[in-house]
Amino acid sequence: MIRTPLRPLARILSARENGENPDTIERENLRLRHEQMRDKARTRAETRLLIMGMAFFVAFSTIGARMGLLAATEPEEPRASAPGAEIIAQRADITDRNGRILATNMLTHALYAHPKEMVEPKRVAKELAAIFPEMKAPDLERRFTDGRSFMWLRRTLSPEQMQMVHDIGDPGLLFGPREMRLYPNGELAAHVLGGASFGAEGVSSAEVIGTAGIEKAMDARLRDPAQAGKPLQLSLDLTIQATVEELLDAGMKMMNAKGAAAVLMDVKTGEIISLASLPAFDPNDRPNPILPPGAEPGDNPLFNRAVQGVYELGSTFKIFAVAQAMELGLVTPTSMVDAKAPMFWGKFKIREFENHNYGPLLAVTDVIAKSSNVGTAHIALMIGGERQQTFLRALGLFDPSPVELIEAPYAKPILPKRWPDITTITVSYGHGIAASPLSLATAYATIANGGVTIKPTLVHRETPEPGIRVMSAEVAAASVAMLRRVVTEGTASMGEVEGYQVAGKTGTAEKPKPSGGYYDDKVVNTFAAIFPANDPKYVLTVTLDEPVETSGSKPRRTAGWTAVPVAAEVIRRVAPLLGLRPQVEATPLDGLTAVRN
Amino acid sequence: MRPVLYVLSFLAVLGLGFWAYTEHYNTREALRDVQALQTEIADLREALTLQRAEWAFLNRPTRLRELATLNFERLGLLPLEPGQFGEIGQVAYPAVEEFFGQIDNPVTIAGEQYPDREFP
Repeated sequence: MIRTPLRPLARILSARENGENPDTIERENLRLRHEQMRDKARTRAETRLLIMGMAFFVAFSTIGARMGLLAATEPEEPRASAPGAEIIAQRADITDRNGRILATNMLTHALYAHPKEMVEPKRVAKELAAIFPEMKAPDLERRFTDGRSFMWLRRTLSPEQMQMVHDIGDPGLLFGPREMRLYPNGELAAHVLGGASFGAEGVSSAEVIGTAGIEKAMDARLRDPAQAGKPLQLSLDLTIQATVEELLDAGMKMMNAKGAAAVLMDVKTGEIISLASLPAFDPNDRPNPILPPGAEPGDNPLFNRAVQGVYELGSTFKIFAVAQAMELGLVTPTSMVDAKAPMFWGKFKIREFENHNYGPLLAVTDVIAKSSNVGTAHIALMIGGERQQTFLRALGLFDPSPVELIEAPYAKPILPKRWPDITTITVSYGHGIAASPLSLATAYATIANGGVTIKPTLVHRETPEPGIRVMSAEVAAASVAMLRRVVTEGTASMGEVEGYQVAGKTGTAEKPKPSGGYYDDKVVNTFAAIFPANDPKYVLTVTLDEPVETSGSKPRRTAGWTAVPVAAEVIRRVAPLLGLRPQVEATPLDGLTAVRN
Repeated sequence: MRPVLYVLSFLAVLGLGFWAYTEHYNTREALRDVQALQTEIADLREALTLQRAEWAFLNRPTRLRELATLNFERLGLLPLEPGQFGEIGQVAYPAVEEFFGQIDNPVTIAGEQYPDREFP
């Protein structure tokens, strides 16, 4: 580039000659030079901007193209990396506490049809109807020929059925893979497991969703892909569950009961080792019974008596009143209370069983051992309704059980609406208040656990959740000792199991009529047991619905004759399975004995 | 000099092309292998699940109970009961004769003694 001088000599000289200012020339040249420099800088900046723009354009178009490509192509699993186990198992297995399978998945096939691709709809309809009894040939033929292009035929097929459908050989019949929930133990623990069915269904896969029980309550956990390889370990023990169900079934038949429930709970951790409700059902083929009008909900085999069945549990509640009175310092095990029967309170008359009279005074221990309604009523009146409610609420008898079953939150205990003194009296011996056998077991577990509440759970856990203390350890121990006396010399004498020091309380409650009042000949019998009494480890509740023991001259309907022998047999068989070694009970010495040679 | 460079780079392109070609097909074959293996793993897993389910089904308590009843004469299996717990002290020491026979019998050894000879 030729650089123009700012003061060209020729022009300066001529300007001087003409008397002009030569500085104007310099300024003019300087201006021109600046303009030139500015133009150059602008061109350069423009080029740079253009290049930048191009670069951005290329970068963004690459990203855009890549995104478009990703969106447009079929999804494909990464083939070069090895997938984990979680891709295969859709829904996590459920196992018992020892890892034995309670629920797992099985691959099967669903059958669907593309009627438009069918060669001989008439023959296909006929042959399908021959394989599957629920299908009707004319109906199928009509649906195959009405112009639809897709229809479902069956949700699951057995391998034999699949082969038979293959043998029909029509291109319009197609199979879709399905993962099916399988309960290999059949009816065992049916009410805990609940059942599963298909949710959203597609041709190549279907969602498996829980329909009841723990399958529904823990649905999110079971379907979580991150935990699919890890089975859900329950607190149930398969062997013990099977034993309890077997014995309960035998006991139910022997006592002519129409239903039965049992709960076995570890008092230290709150784990439910066994939860049984009879009659049961097969979760593989969950029934859908239509009950006659006027039937009780308990007549449905799907009904979980142990959790959903809220019954008036009768005298099993007496220990709560006595324990609370001891905790408040109102009575001691040896103090005497008024037990003169019948007792009159306003217009109400409180009687003992079979119009006994244990009065005029009875020791508190004997109130429990003899199951005195009047004695308990007087103790409850000492406590008062307000404090009684607080205590029962702390034991969890006012709220639905927090156990991991979908049915649990809906099984609300039935509570009196108002709480006058007569309610305080009736509630103290378990009338006018209804709770589930599971809630009762939880409340007894609190006593057995030294007075600290526990949270019942169906999921295996090593350490308990910390509970709150509702009574002192001494009161809890005294309560267990009283319950032990019920078995050794009280109403539950058949509950003695050698070596296991059973403690417990019977409860016999008449069933309420739907029209009001109570039935004379329909009762719910309960036995709530704690064993072994010297170091309580387990709580067992056995509930029989409408039992009657007919070996004697007249039918017996008290818990001591029905629920207690069943519970005793359960403890005798289950305690060794729990690893409890029978212990020889040391007989306490009655002071000094004079011996003379 | 320049033509030699051209020829060399042409040969290099040819060689690299061939190398890329073989690598491509090796990769595809490896991926096919992986896919086949993964299908096999999936099939085996499925079979394993099925076998576990079958194991659980065959070992269901009700069936075991029936089998124990059916084979009672041969096996004599009974439910576990409290009376079956024992003390270590109740287990008798085995009689010595059962294990060793009469150990006070003299043992006669026949043969000659060769202290310096190795036995075969």
